[in-house]
Amino acid sequence: MSVTSILFALAFYLATAVLVFGLLHRIVDYARTPAPLKIPTTPAPTTRSGVVVRMAEEVLLFRSLFRANKWIWLFGFAFHVALAVVLARHLRYFTEPVWLPVQLIQPFGIYAGLVMVGALAMLWLRRFAVSRVRYISAPSDHLWLLLLILIGASGLAMKFVAHTDIVAVKAFFLGLLVFDWQPLPTDPLLLLHLTLVLALMIGFPFSKLLHAPGVFFSPSRNQADDPRERRHLAPWAAELENR
Amino acid sequence: MAKLDFDLPKLGPNLEIPVLQPDAMLGDGPFVAKPDHQDKLGFPGELVDDWQQVAIDKMGELLGKYRSFKVYLDSCVKCGACTDKCHYFLGTGDPKNMPVARQDLLRSVYRRYFTFAGKHFPKLVGARDLTEDVLDEWYNYFHQCSQCRRCSVFCPYGIDTAEISMAARDIMDAVGKGQKYCNEIIGKVHKIGNNLGLPEPALIDTLEGLEEDIKDDTGIDVKLPVDVQGAEVMLVTPSADFFAEPHIDGLIGYAKVFHQAGISWTISSYASEAANFGMFIGNYENMRKVSQRIRTAALELGVKRIVFGECGHAWRVAYSFLNTLAGPFDFLDNRYPVPQHICELTNDLIGRGALNLDPSANDDKVVTFHDSCNVARASRMGDLPGGQFEIPRAVIRASVNRFVDMADETIRDRTFCCGGGGGLLTDDLLELRAKGAMPRVQALQQVVDDHGVTHMAAICAICKSQFSKVLPMYGLPMDMIVSVHQLVGDAIQLGTKD
Ligand code: SF4
Ligand code: SF4
Repeated sequence: MSVTSILFALAFYLATAVLVFGLLHRIVDYARTPAPLKIPTTPAPTTRSGVVVRMAEEVLLFRSLFRANKWIWLFGFAFHVALAVVLARHLRYFTEPVWLPVQLIQPFGIYAGLVMVGALAMLWLRRFAVSRVRYISAPSDHLWLLLLILIGASGLAMKFVAHTDIVAVKAFFLGLLVFDWQPLPTDPLLLLHLTLVLALMIGFPFSKLLHAPGVFFSPSRNQADDPRERRHLAPWAAELENR
Repeated sequence: MAKLDFDLPKLGPNLEIPVLQPDAMLGDGPFVAKPDHQDKLGFPGELVDDWQQVAIDKMGELLGKYRSFKVYLDSCVKCGACTDKCHYFLGTGDPKNMPVARQDLLRSVYRRYFTFAGKHFPKLVGARDLTEDVLDEWYNYFHQCSQCRRCSVFCPYGIDTAEISMAARDIMDAVGKGQKYCNEIIGKVHKIGNNLGLPEPALIDTLEGLEEDIKDDTGIDVKLPVDVQGAEVMLVTPSADFFAEPHIDGLIGYAKVFHQAGISWTISSYASEAANFGMFIGNYENMRKVSQRIRTAALELGVKRIVFGECGHAWRVAYSFLNTLAGPFDFLDNRYPVPQHICELTNDLIGRGALNLDPSANDDKVVTFHDSCNVARASRMGDLPGGQFEIPRAVIRASVNRFVDMADETIRDRTFCCGGGGGLLTDDLLELRAKGAMPRVQALQQVVDDHGVTHMAAICAICKSQFSKVLPMYGLPMDMIVSVHQLVGDAIQLGTKD
C-alpha cells in the first residue's frame, strides 16, 4: 500500500464525514427555524399534495427558471440532468454486482459527461459575457464552475486520453466501504479527478451549493396557500400572545 | 406640471433591459426618522453607539426567527435569472437594483459574520465588514425595493428579496436608523387609528359630506355608517378612501354595493385604516399591534364579518397574516371567509343577482386592469388559486362593456409594481417612484395606442396615489387611474332593487 493510497483513503472518509454531517447540520438548522408567516408566492396550491406537485415541478423541471430565462434554464437544466446521469454511472464503482439500471445507463454516461462539461462552459461564459451576471459574480462563483468543469474534463480524459485501471479503482472504493483498504492506481489524471471531487465534497456544505437542500425549505415554494382556513403560528410568535 | 429635475426613461415599443449604470441611484435614501418617530415604535431615537454589534445581534436574532431569511441568504447561486425582473432596475439601470445584487448588500455581511467561508476567506466569497458606508448603502438601496415579490416568481428557489428588505429595515430600525415616512405613519396608527391621523369627528364629518354628495347625484339616501354596534359587516379600508381622488369614488362604490344588497355595515373609527406599514419595516411586533386593532374593533362593535376595501399591501396582511397575528376569528360568521375582500363580496353578490349593474353607464371608457403586486403574488381571492386575478376582472367586466388586458408578461403574477409600494410612496423618493413606474406605464401606453384604453382600474390605495402622481409625467392623464369600485358604483342602478 502506497502512502498515496492511504492518504486518499483517509481523505475520502474525512470528506464524506464533512459532507454528510455538514449537510445534516444545515438541514436540521433549516427545519428547526420557524417560518412565522404564510408567504407562498401566489398563485400557490391550497393543499399539501398540491405543494408536492409544485415542488416536483421546481426540482425536476426548474419551472420558475424556465419562466425567467430560457438560456439559463437550458444550460442549468442540461447540467443538472447530465450530472445526475454521470453520478448514477459512477455507482458502478461502488456496487458489486452492478445494479441493472446502472448497467443500462453506462453508454449514456459518456454523452452525459460531454453535455455536463459543455453546459458548465456555457454557464461560465455567461458569467463573463452578460454584464448583469458578471456584476453579481464573486470569485467563488467562478471557482465552483471551474472546479466542476475540471472534474468533468479529467473524468472524460480518462475515457478518451489516458485510461486508468478501473478494476483497481473499483477495488479501492469497494474496499473503502467495508474498511478493507486496497491500493489506488496513481496515474496523475485519476489523482487530479479524485482530489477535485474531494474539494467539492468538503466545500459543499459551506457554499452556495446549499441551494440543493435549500430549495426544499423555501417558504415561498413549500407553503400551502391556506392562511384563512388554518391558523399558522410559530412558537416564538405564540409566546407574544401570552404576554 | 413642474419641471422634473431628473430624466425619465423613454417609453419604447418594447421593454428594454437597460445597460448597467453603476451608482445611478446612489444617494442618502429617504428622510431618516426623527427620535420622536422612533420612540413611539420602541426603536432607539438615533444611531446607537455600538450599532455594529446591535446590528449583527439583530441579524442573528432574525436568522433564528425566520426560515425564509436564513434559507434565502444561503441558497442563491448567482444564476442571474432575477437580474432583469425588478422594475427599479429596469427603470434606473442601477445594478444594485437587480434583486440578487440588492440581496448581496446584506448577504455579504451575513457571510462575513455568520459563515465559515466568509469568516476565513472574505474576498473569495464577496464577504465584507459592516461599516458605516455599508449601513448607508443598505439604507439607500433597501428603500429602493417595494417588496413586490416579482423577483421571487422567477427565482428557481423562490428567493424573495422582499423578505431580505424587510429584515434589513428591521435591523436598521433596531440600530436607530429608521425611515421617517413609514415610522411616522405607524406612530399615527397606534395613536389615532389611521395613517392620516384623521380623528373620529373629522372622519364622521367627511363621511356625512359624502352621503350628501351621493344624495345630490342619485337622489338616494346611501349611508356611510361609523361605529354602528351590531352591524353585519365591519369595513376596513385604506384611509385614502376617505379623502383622496380617485379613492373616494371607490368608497362610494362600496357603499352603493352594501346599500343595494341590503347588508348592514359600518366603518370603525378605532380601526379606520386597512394598511399595515408594520410589514414594510419588517417588524413583527408592530405589524401585530396594528393588526390587533382590527380584532378589538370587531369584538367591540359585535360585527359578524370583516371586509377589506381596495388596498394591496393591506390585503396581503389581511389575507395571509391576519389570522396569524390577530386570530382566531371564531367569533365571526364562519360562512364567510375571514377576512373577505370587497371584490369577493361584490363578485358573490353579482353571481347571486343581488346587484343591478348597467355596464353601459361606463361606455365612455375602455378599461384595463393593473394587478397590484401584493394582491397578485402574496394573496388570493375566492376558493381557487388565481382568484385574485379572475375576481376583480369579473367585477370589472360586469360593470363595463369594453375591457382590455395589458401584455401577458406584465399582468397576473408577472405584473409590475406601480413603483410606489412597500413604504416608498413619499415625495422624498419621487425620482425612484417615477423611474420605477416605467415598466407598467410602458405596457399601459401600448394598450392606449393599440386599443384606445382610457382608464386603468386598480385595487390598491398606493397604486392609485402613485399613478395619479406619475402618469402625468409620462404624458398620460392623471384621472386615468380609477378604483374598481368606482366602475361598480357608476354602473349600479340604485333604486331598482330596494
Ligand atoms: S421585491 Fe420587487 S422591488 Fe424588491 S427587488 Fe424584488 S422585484 Fe425589485
Ligand atoms: S434568481 Fe434566485 S438564485 Fe438566481 S441570482 Fe436571483 S436570487 Fe440568486
